[in-house]
Amino acid sequence: MKIIVPIKQVPETSNVKMDPETGTMIRTGVEPIVNPLDLYAIEEAVRLKNQYGGEIVAVTMGPPSAHKALREAISMGCDEGILLSDKKFAGADTWSTSYVLSKAIEKIGNFDIILCGERATDGDTGQVGPGIAAWLNIPFSTYVSQISEVTETKVTVKRIVENGYQLLDVERPTLITVVKEINFPRLPTLDGKIKAKQAEIPVWGPEEITAESEHLGLKGSPTRVVKISTPKVSRDGERFSPKTDGEMEEVVDCIIRFFEEKEII
Amino acid sequence: MDYKGVWILGEQDRGKVQTVSYELLKRGKTLAEKLNVDLVAVLLGYQVSPAELESLIHYGADKVVYVDDPVFGNFLPDPYINSLTKLIDKYKPEILIASATSTGRTVAPAIAIKCHAGLTADCTGLDIEEGSRNLIQTRPAIGGNILATIKSPDHRPQMATVRPHSNQPMDPDPTRKGEVIYEKLEAKFLKSRSRQVAFIEMKEEGANIQDAEIVIAGGKGCKTEENFKMITELAKILNGAVGASREAVDLGWAKYPHQVGLSGKTVSPSMYLCAGISGAVQHLAGIKTAQNIVAINSDPDAQIFQLADIAVEADMFEFLPMLIEKLKARLNK
Repeated sequence: MKIIVPIKQVPETSNVKMDPETGTMIRTGVEPIVNPLDLYAIEEAVRLKNQYGGEIVAVTMGPPSAHKALREAISMGCDEGILLSDKKFAGADTWSTSYVLSKAIEKIGNFDIILCGERATDGDTGQVGPGIAAWLNIPFSTYVSQISEVTETKVTVKRIVENGYQLLDVERPTLITVVKEINFPRLPTLDGKIKAKQAEIPVWGPEEITAESEHLGLKGSPTRVVKISTPKVSRDGERFSPKTDGEMEEVVDCIIRFFEEKEII
Repeated sequence: MDYKGVWILGEQDRGKVQTVSYELLKRGKTLAEKLNVDLVAVLLGYQVSPAELESLIHYGADKVVYVDDPVFGNFLPDPYINSLTKLIDKYKPEILIASATSTGRTVAPAIAIKCHAGLTADCTGLDIEEGSRNLIQTRPAIGGNILATIKSPDHRPQMATVRPHSNQPMDPDPTRKGEVIYEKLEAKFLKSRSRQVAFIEMKEEGANIQDAEIVIAGGKGCKTEENFKMITELAKILNGAVGASREAVDLGWAKYPHQVGLSGKTVSPSMYLCAGISGAVQHLAGIKTAQNIVAINSDPDAQIFQLADIAVEADMFEFLPMLIEKLKARLNK
């Protein structure tokens, strides 16, 4: 079985602090990492490979330095990594990104399952997974919290939706986006790290994947970012710093009065 | 471009139109009025009653385009995507907005590819640019650290998803009149390569945090699973739902459906009370639309305080038991 895992390198945003003076992001020490939600897709690919056999190819589109993300994927158990990097890819939105990834996946060929993270933590769109499936015209499932069975013709998945879980039989080949409930990603092993360090990472550009140039990069992207601003978060609320039991009790009473005012009790 | 009209993607569950549809109608109304065009609700379903379809008109739709087929009894991507793509091709709306629900977030990206449309996820603001009639879309990005303004000037329809429960519906007007169009589609648009074999309802108490009026949330500051139970207890006393920060979910104190924040759910309750949550930007992004926020944290520099209406700098292990006790007495529990 051949599994393809498209991944993304992102800035480490979860621990980002805002500078209260300037209202901007403090970038110091913000290293690029593998999108945390992609680790669940990599882990699931490794588990499926261990159970059913086969190989795993990780693929990413990004700057030349994004080979590091692929090496991390290999250190966790992926067999190969392919980097899609070219100036013409730069500035792509999700429409163009999913086009490039789908063309690369067509070139890799012969795949059975594509596993994606639910979304990337920087763009937060969750659009590239379904987008790849649409380009490849294959069935897909989003928000998958369990892959219960893979047979010759179908994959059985459990997807989490607002009011419960949907169990689906999906024809192969198929694309699946996974949520973090699905597994607990492993740490790289020492062997894995050695393999990752030694791995040859091919770099493909538009010619290698026979991509049409009008679909690439900023030029090929329907959306345009026209402005970036920093949201104002402050509500200028009331501040209490109770020290004694008595002060503490006063604040408790104040909260209860607040609940009454707002008619929640 | 000969694209005209504002469409919203309605959602139904077992024949009942979902609230998110009405929320979208309010968003769509503002846009349709500025553009001076019809507001259309498109709905795919099976045996949805005429009264349910009319309700979309009461909540602001000028027209309802409805496709009825057994395949829409459960959500499956193929027939949704193919039918909507076909309908877009036929009616050519200039704008299509969907809710950022599991359904909207699944079908919208695939439709955008097939229609060669620009799609912006999770918009918090939608407006029309004067003159150009372009849709101006605002959304948080990079973990909520920035707001991006986006448009798709050369592609139609302009597509966007909007966070569920990020706005209220309009008051329904039962006298409002409109047209319901029953669309028939060829069988090829209704085929599905996936099949639902079962549906497991989520019955866990307090899990539906998105619809809750009161959310009580805890984070890493609870220190242990045992302590997190104070959060659960307080939620129970107030008939609220339990929320949790990403750290608390990662530590296993609460399940993923309880997670609040960009990588979890956006909540907009009347009251959000949290303890032991420092307020990472990605968490703050999930609670911004809460009407009232009370935060308890021992760290005077906790970012959560920026967003709190009442900020209590105190040890939650001393403060919460007192709050629980007094609330119990007040509510005779």
